[in-house]
Amino acid sequence: MLQTETICVAASGDIVAVRHAVRRQAVKIKLSLVDQTKIVTAASELARNMLVYGGGGEVTLEVLQEGVRQGLRAHFVDAGPGIPDINLALRDGFTTGNGMGLGLGGAKRLVNEFSIESTVGKGTRVTITRWR
Amino acid sequence: MGDFLLVTIQVDMHDQLASALQDDLTNKIAKVNAKGVLIDISSLDIVDSFIGRMLANTSAMARVLDAQTVVVGMQPAVAITLVELGLNLSGVHTALDVEKGMEMLRRHIAMTELDGDTSASD
Repeated sequence: MLQTETICVAASGDIVAVRHAVRRQAVKIKLSLVDQTKIVTAASELARNMLVYGGGGEVTLEVLQEGVRQGLRAHFVDAGPGIPDINLALRDGFTTGNGMGLGLGGAKRLVNEFSIESTVGKGTRVTITRWR
Repeated sequence: MGDFLLVTIQVDMHDQLASALQDDLTNKIAKVNAKGVLIDISSLDIVDSFIGRMLANTSAMARVLDAQTVVVGMQPAVAITLVELGLNLSGVHTALDVEKGMEMLRRHIAMTELDGDTSASD
């Protein structure tokens, strides 16, 4: 792990801050423009989910070095109500709010690695990685 | 013929700002009796599901108010990402740039006026 950065998400303006921080790190490790756009968009969806369903939380960014390749990893951690059925939550079009239900499934498609852990009553942690 | 509205989005909008823009634009369409709306998103380096929904909603509301919306200038990387995200913006007309979008609106309006003339002569 080369460096980390943490952003608190408590209001919709913070989603913009997350987008900017992810973009900055993605540019730094020289991701292609399309890959930058994908991870920034995925981060925007996940930060919003965290705010709307998890009551806010924290985003931590890490630059990874694995041999010669570099990657950008982002953790989205909230202490919200948790997700009872993760498979259902990942399905396109499923939402318990009034969004489009594309957030989780869409974010998963935009990155190389995606993991989600959630405990009802405790919170949710989503981790995404995009490699160069 | 009614006016066209041209909206250029130049900042990375937070969600409330995007919602406010949607409302403002809808009000403005009714107020000036606009027949066409061009939304220039060439400065946007991402369109996520929230902004995508705002574009789709604005376009749908404009249609109900008898105005045609064209979203112009989407960057290729944004288009690729949008489709992979699962957002196809069905029902939203798009054009490469403002000029092509304007052409599209003129053609559309000429066509609807023609339709209007035909039905009037029946």
